[in-house]
Amino acid sequence: MVKFLPLKQAVSENLNSGDTVAFEGFTHLIPTAAAHEAIRQGFRDLTLIRMTPDLIYDQMIGMGMAKKIIFSYVGNPGVGLLRRARDAIENGFPRSLEIEEHSHAGMANAYEAGAAGLPCAVFRGYRGAGLAAVNPNIKSVTCPFTGEVLAAVPSIRPDVTFIHAQKADRKGNVLIEGIIGIQKEAVLAARRAVVTVEEVVDNFDDLHPNLTVLPRWTIAAISVVPGGSHPSYAHGYYARDNAAYLEWDEIAADRDKFQAWMQANVIEKSAGDFEARVEHLRKAA
Amino acid sequence: MSDNSLGFTPNEMMTIAASRALRNDDVCFVGIGAPSAACNVARLTHAPDITLIYESGTIGTAPDVLPLSIGDGELCETAITTVAVPEMFRYWLQGGRISIGFLGAAQLDKFGNINTTVIGDYFHPKTRLPGGGGAPEIATSSKEIYITMAQTKRGMVEKIDFFTSFGHGEGGDHRKRLGIDTAGPTLLITDLAIWKPDPVSKEFTVVSLHPGVTRQQVQDTCGWVVKFAEALDETPAPSELELKTLRDLQARTKAAHEGTGKAKAA
Repeated sequence: MVKFLPLKQAVSENLNSGDTVAFEGFTHLIPTAAAHEAIRQGFRDLTLIRMTPDLIYDQMIGMGMAKKIIFSYVGNPGVGLLRRARDAIENGFPRSLEIEEHSHAGMANAYEAGAAGLPCAVFRGYRGAGLAAVNPNIKSVTCPFTGEVLAAVPSIRPDVTFIHAQKADRKGNVLIEGIIGIQKEAVLAARRAVVTVEEVVDNFDDLHPNLTVLPRWTIAAISVVPGGSHPSYAHGYYARDNAAYLEWDEIAADRDKFQAWMQANVIEKSAGDFEARVEHLRKAA
Repeated sequence: MSDNSLGFTPNEMMTIAASRALRNDDVCFVGIGAPSAACNVARLTHAPDITLIYESGTIGTAPDVLPLSIGDGELCETAITTVAVPEMFRYWLQGGRISIGFLGAAQLDKFGNINTTVIGDYFHPKTRLPGGGGAPEIATSSKEIYITMAQTKRGMVEKIDFFTSFGHGEGGDHRKRLGIDTAGPTLLITDLAIWKPDPVSKEFTVVSLHPGVTRQQVQDTCGWVVKFAEALDETPAPSELELKTLRDLQARTKAAHEGTGKAKAA
């Protein structure tokens, strides 16, 4: 049953070195605070899964926490490249990084298959695409009814998934609104799920019946971290800090600058520091 | 004679020429960057009812400013509906609902194959690029593909380093041979010209030069030997309305994206 915990404890109780872990969020609602807590606790040898590894995976890779990354777009959205991830892939710094690359369709289908309890996902994909030749986990199956050859990829089943959401009610049910990405599937595909939320409300009684709500018994732990998605955004709460994404390009370009930034902004900080970071972005939301 | 009394740039010509290719009843899967600008200019000029879809799940979006990422809040707030990412790729793209997939390219070859994955060898890359994202399936599940990019010799190459998304492969009926039943790239709009694939070989051929552009300029900024159509058109120059619409959109976008930075500094 879900527990409301301080973020430090929610992370230490649910993440272990060597785990396969997804910190999901599709541009919106990226669980930055949870990722920073994982960085502070210094986990190693993680297999990181994410459709769009952006700043938080650049940071975790740059800190040497990842042994493998499974992804479909390794970029800084709207800005360009991820320079720590590049350094790891191109130069093996600070350690070599195994990569398993898919398309968005491949990852989305694989998460959905994980949530559905299936061993693999079947879809019409990767036709003529170079990824099929370099990723041994992209295979094909023949439809037994039509003979059509379709792509198959293994389902994604993380040990633990972290997401950020707008609200929990007092019982621990979680509401996600706006661009909902792959978060519901990522939670239901995982053995354990940890959710950070902007706030807790008494109940969800007056909500529209078709909203995206994760029932409390699908979640291991909830931590209240206002601003916990910064520099991503939380629809209805605060806007995306586009300037921070642009700045990251410079910070991550240099190994020493990166280390200094991580020390000052992650290692020496805590989950409580996120709220102030979004103050100037609340009016714009 | 070419008319540039409005003082448009090659990039503005590219975006406006690309916007003209879109129809009011199109359902367009929009790539970020140049395609996004073109699609929104179309919506703000001759195609007010065009359905713009971004891979973050926003369907029928009408942003007031261009998004910095495919998942900006503006896209969701102005959309008819926002669906989950697996639904986007399964029902809407794979389901055959998209008439035009509009892509940009880091590297492009003459058959419309695109590389946005790596420069150099995949396992030992010289430059690791972000990768395909949604593009591999956009390229094969959309009914047609439009591509837009500024011409450079580095970008338009004889041989791409990696097949991120499949165009016409080696040309001819290569798509069909792989079981792909959609049309693939049917239009390429650069900052210098409009290109269409040859009906048989599928090689991109210049069909229209933008005002003031010479054949030599097109060849000098392209890594393969360029073929020109026998009857070569001149692309109509941007109208005052088109140019104003694009410039206003870009000014609003600049102001909006600078906004967060200023507030941060304050």
